[in-house]
Amino acid sequence: MKIAQPTRLLRDSGHLLLTVAPGALCIVAFLVLPSLYLMGMAFLSNGPYGLPTLPLSLQAFRELAGFGFLGWSPGNLYTLLRSVWQTLLATVLVILIAYPSAYYIASRPSRYRALLLLAVVVPSWTNQVIRSVGWMNLFAPGTPVSNLAAALGFTAPPMGLFPSQFAVIVGLVYNFLPFMVLPLYAAFERLDFTQIEAAQDLFARPFAVFWHAVLPQTLPGLMAGTVLVAIPAFGMYVVTELLGGGKASMIGNLVARQFAQASNWPLGAAGALIMIVVTLIGLRVLRQLGRRLGGDREVVL
Amino acid sequence: MHGLFTPDFDLASANQPAADTRRASSIHVENLHRSFGADVALDGISLTVNPGEFFTLLGPSGCGKTTLLRLLAGLDEPDTGRIEMGGAAMAGVPPHQRSVNTVFQSYALFPHRDVRGNIAFGLEMRSWSASRVEGKINEIAGLIGIFDLLDRRVDQLSGGQRQRVALARALVNEPDVLLLDEPLSALDAGLRSRLQVELKRLQRQLGMTFVFVTHDQEEAMVMSDRIAVFNQGRVIQIGTPQEIYEQPHEQFVAQFMGHQNFVPITGRDEFGIDTLLGHFAGQFNPGDLLLLRPEALRLNTSSHESCHSFMANVDECLYRGGLTEYRLISGGLSLVAMAANQGGASYQPGERVEVTVSPSGMATLYH
Repeated sequence: MKIAQPTRLLRDSGHLLLTVAPGALCIVAFLVLPSLYLMGMAFLSNGPYGLPTLPLSLQAFRELAGFGFLGWSPGNLYTLLRSVWQTLLATVLVILIAYPSAYYIASRPSRYRALLLLAVVVPSWTNQVIRSVGWMNLFAPGTPVSNLAAALGFTAPPMGLFPSQFAVIVGLVYNFLPFMVLPLYAAFERLDFTQIEAAQDLFARPFAVFWHAVLPQTLPGLMAGTVLVAIPAFGMYVVTELLGGGKASMIGNLVARQFAQASNWPLGAAGALIMIVVTLIGLRVLRQLGRRLGGDREVVL
Repeated sequence: MHGLFTPDFDLASANQPAADTRRASSIHVENLHRSFGADVALDGISLTVNPGEFFTLLGPSGCGKTTLLRLLAGLDEPDTGRIEMGGAAMAGVPPHQRSVNTVFQSYALFPHRDVRGNIAFGLEMRSWSASRVEGKINEIAGLIGIFDLLDRRVDQLSGGQRQRVALARALVNEPDVLLLDEPLSALDAGLRSRLQVELKRLQRQLGMTFVFVTHDQEEAMVMSDRIAVFNQGRVIQIGTPQEIYEQPHEQFVAQFMGHQNFVPITGRDEFGIDTLLGHFAGQFNPGDLLLLRPEALRLNTSSHESCHSFMANVDECLYRGGLTEYRLISGGLSLVAMAANQGGASYQPGERVEVTVSPSGMATLYH
């Protein structure tokens, strides 16, 4: 017995290693190494043809911070702040729409639920570009929606609703709604209604019932949804490119531009690095928030 | 685990100012109807609960007793009918405006709050100051004996502990009426019978109106001042435990209370009734069945003048510790007799015995 135990442990861990290795190798080869390469690139100099070369320098970060040939300009900083702001705004709007939607779906008879969920999910099977072009057509000058907006005084008549920051936000919300509805729906489906009744019974008014009995129960779904929405939204490229028309570009567009048009790979890499850092900070804040709201319990992200 | 009361606990002691201001509420319910689709949960319920009474709704599952409790709590509204509490009509009054609290069957504790946070909930919702909340929690925790649990998380509690916390969370609000929805059904038998006694004592000392739901007739008898027996959305009988057990109006009630000896009445004249066991002389209430209580059947004892007697064969003899249960056959009927084991004779299967029963051991009822 005493000898059998360690050999068994060895065999088990060998087995484990064998089963995990292919996946781990894939991740290392196709995610970790390229990411490290990209990060390393941010610390190189920009060569004459836009390719990174030695020596090591922080030039890319200086440029990212706005120091260029013509002195300092706040453009990139604005882009970063705009990215954060548009991400937050879109995420909050997605939450506000997804909460009642998910609750509504979860409270239908079970035979309708699959259908309603499908209705939420099916649009996301279509390509992002095509859906964005759809919004472009809806919001372009002269369309009924734009005319209505003009008649109500939201826009000047010839302008249309697109391209604009408004169109970008609509596009982001529309794009990421399913990623919030699905985890929230899963949370609502498991909702313990007696906790809600207990809160009502203990003198909680409707909002307090939501805050103390519904929110804590759906918090894991909300957190998962927020991660699924906020991170890709922060790096969004297509929607801003098509619907923003340069008026609402985000850090994803900045990065893409460096690789595609401006031929400044180190600057693009530096932008990508900043994206990762901001994302990690966001996750950290989210985790703290989850703990605070969840009564010190770890809400798994 | 402490008991609900420390031995020297005295409700009249100085740190109980709330006891004076608490007013137990009466409940008056009139002709309540509630249906869920085709299911009729309540089919014309009328009853009155007196202030300070321990009132039990007893019945099989699905009989509407929990629905009535939810209507009283305000968690559901009746289709038609009236609910009054303390003289005030409750129609349209939302649960958070009723001085009623509920101990839920599943306890429904908030898992993201610790025990203290759970108990504090109702007080916080009524905007009590933190210091008052703290004092009140300590008071109720001492009363219910959960002082050492206050900082625990809910998922660290046993079933019995959860039950006490749920009770504390409701009682701390000092409601006019406390509703309890099968609060003991999830507990094991020993703990359950202990908590029955403690709950009853607590209710008596607080003088609060308790409405208690259970499907367990023994629990109902032990705890209640009065019992309402429910079946299929209707109240079949309301009475004290003794009335319900000894003078059930219908066979359903009698069966639910554990009775098995039903003797069909075949005829009736001015001297008494004819049954399958022979003629029973005396005054009997109307009814088509004669109920013989098993503990009132005596075997081979010298009979009094007023007692009825008949012959029976012992079919089975089951020793139950304090009691012996005899299965008897007489007149084609099978009867059960319970005899206290007091050192008297015992009878074996196949023996022929004379069974006597006094008038107080009998009741007539409807099928």
